[in-house]
Amino acid sequence: MENEKLSLPTYSIPEDIQNVVAVTTLDRLYNWGRRSSVWPLMFGLACCAIEMIAAQTARYDMARFGMEVMRPTPRQADMMLVSGTVTKKMLPSIIRLYNQMPEPKYVVAMGACASSGGPFKEGYNVVAGIDKFLPVDVYIPGCPPTPQALIAGMIKLQEKIDKQSIKSATWYNKEKKDGNYVPMPILGPDLIDVRRNAEIKQVAATKEGA
Amino acid sequence: MATPLTMTVDLVARFPGKVTADRRPGYTGFSVNNENLVEVATAIRDEFGYDLLTAVTAVDYIAENKMEVVYHAYKTTGGAGLVFKVQAERVDPIEVPSLINLWAGVDFQEREAWDLYGIKFTGHPDLRRILMWEGYDGHPLRKDWKEPFFEEEAKPFKSRWPDGKFAFAENKNPFRDNLNFPKDFDPENFVVEKEEDLYLSLERDSLKDTAGNMKTDHIVVNMGPHHPSTHGVLRVAVQLDGETIIGLKPVMGYLHRNHDKIGERNTYLQIIPYTDRLDYFNSMSNNFGYVIAVEKLMKIQVAERAEYIRVIMAELSRIQNHLIFIGMLMNDLGAMYTPSLYAFEERELILDIFEAVSGARMMCNYFRFGGVVRDVPEFALKKIQDLVSDRLPAKTDEMERFLNENEILMARLKGIHVLNAEEAINYSVTGPVLRATGVPYDLRRADPYSVYDRFDFDVAVRHNGDMMDNYLIRFDEIRQSLRILEQALKQIPQGPINSQKPAYQVRVPAGEAYGRIESPKGELGYYLISNGKPNPYRYHVRPASFVNLQCVEKMCIGTKIADFVALVAMLDIVMGELDR
Repeated sequence: MENEKLSLPTYSIPEDIQNVVAVTTLDRLYNWGRRSSVWPLMFGLACCAIEMIAAQTARYDMARFGMEVMRPTPRQADMMLVSGTVTKKMLPSIIRLYNQMPEPKYVVAMGACASSGGPFKEGYNVVAGIDKFLPVDVYIPGCPPTPQALIAGMIKLQEKIDKQSIKSATWYNKEKKDGNYVPMPILGPDLIDVRRNAEIKQVAATKEGA
Repeated sequence: MATPLTMTVDLVARFPGKVTADRRPGYTGFSVNNENLVEVATAIRDEFGYDLLTAVTAVDYIAENKMEVVYHAYKTTGGAGLVFKVQAERVDPIEVPSLINLWAGVDFQEREAWDLYGIKFTGHPDLRRILMWEGYDGHPLRKDWKEPFFEEEAKPFKSRWPDGKFAFAENKNPFRDNLNFPKDFDPENFVVEKEEDLYLSLERDSLKDTAGNMKTDHIVVNMGPHHPSTHGVLRVAVQLDGETIIGLKPVMGYLHRNHDKIGERNTYLQIIPYTDRLDYFNSMSNNFGYVIAVEKLMKIQVAERAEYIRVIMAELSRIQNHLIFIGMLMNDLGAMYTPSLYAFEERELILDIFEAVSGARMMCNYFRFGGVVRDVPEFALKKIQDLVSDRLPAKTDEMERFLNENEILMARLKGIHVLNAEEAINYSVTGPVLRATGVPYDLRRADPYSVYDRFDFDVAVRHNGDMMDNYLIRFDEIRQSLRILEQALKQIPQGPINSQKPAYQVRVPAGEAYGRIESPKGELGYYLISNGKPNPYRYHVRPASFVNLQCVEKMCIGTKIADFVALVAMLDIVMGELDR
């Protein structure tokens, strides 16, 4: 938001009632409320989770941006902070949590591992970036990102929220129901992404060797 | 530096024909015949007094068509260790007798060897996969098993920058992702395994009601992997009778980042930053153990000033780890956030020092073979001095004053039994949890490494083995660390910080080495095998958290579910190290 005030600068309000009256659009009011209370899912995966905790503590104090209310249940969370390496074994749990979060929901990939696999990308149990499964809104670089970088990423998310509009938002649209539902991957001989079943079957059939 | 003087025990004379000395160049210890393993191991424990079996791991000698299992046994009275090995033919099934009846502490480590190497430990009652999931295709640490993003045997990969252009690893894999399926695999007709083995073993090992009380229904609760009190992504399947835990099985591997496999592809130097990410609270200690193992192989001396810097960093790391432990324990007991905010305040000051010396807050990547990467600036030493002599002692006292007499804390901690000494040793538990049972086993004294023999400090011991002692011993250790730091800061000499020239590629002679240190969580060991090439042939981490967690089943059965959370917190596990 360009100016922190709720009131739109285009309307002139007499000085003596400026604290009482604000003239603004519904979108702006709605987003102002949402951006100031982004509740993250209390959910730590790896090293980055420690920096996430550090960002909550006195020195960095994420509460200044209304993001300190960590919710252990996905039903009350607005934002999923994927803080660490996503492994194949963990992925179904993450997808399940994501599907349980109510709309509007956001995903922030914190650190190199969540963004792309990072230093562990070549590992056989590592998912090379959570964006292969979930729609990521903000990527925060670093290994791990410092608390300052995390807060900067959160502010980016706030800017993104500011730009959304009720009219075009998918989560009120009756036609696009469950638009963000991600089908659960299955743990088989390797991680099975059920959206790619046909492709996997075809490649496996033409595979060389035993 | 003390190296294992295994020849003090003559196993060959005791068991002629059954044991031979390992005479491969650079190797130590004894080779035991497969069929005599249990007999020899019993003698090692009962006759020779090696009561603590710390590390069990496997090595794949594919050229000789052999699999080898390596055991490291130590005495809790201190001193050098004993290494014994057993070889098995590399044909399916590879079978080695299990030692679980001698040491309960081999449980998870044998399961890990089964998971990653496919070695069947006959007699192990619960041989399930531990880090990967049941049904996973292959045993990943075998030398002939290739990961989906396999490029070359060893780094640096030539394929990374073909003609100076970037290439995605995904484009080289037929499935266009980090995936590998067997030929003719059909995902649509695939039947998912429902973890029946886990629940069967939970049912089998649960406490049976023999008193003939009223029959009640038992329920199974899965805590985790997403649970705020399991310290990361640990999952525990608990069987409950009312509120009492009657059966419990930890499930792990949710953060298995393939540390060993990646390590075997890396060069020796490239592994150091990976060790940072093991126990992400103590990257300095993790570096320490690894460089000690490599220095043993290379047979080099460490620069004098660097030894002191290493000790200072490791002890600072221990202090912040224990402070966080106390804060997180309070979280789990219901004192949400306030004590941990106090702990994090001090931790930030210590992290400032780490940032000043290494450039990174958490992932320091600071140690090098023969020393450290750069010198400690004068202002940082001054800052450490201020912390050590003024702030940290005062803050430790303050925390104790605030917490120790608290009624809720006493009610939750006092008299809740954790372990007794025999159980702890049998389960290979090390670190503060072992010392709280009355066993003064601290590697800084028992098998001194670096310059710890020059400092005057006491091994913190408590004798009751209940939760209160486990909690108080952390304060004792902080005080002892402060004592060490005071002396180290006084004695630190001027001089070079590395005895070697900086090099991207180090020459490591062939052989094996096991380097271990007293990390804040217990014994952190690194087992390395070099074949003279730029990357290790075998790289294994013996994580303290992983081995310590083995006693959780024993510890928790019979207690209330509410205490379980605190008991797990007591073990001070960290998932990066546990799952690797």
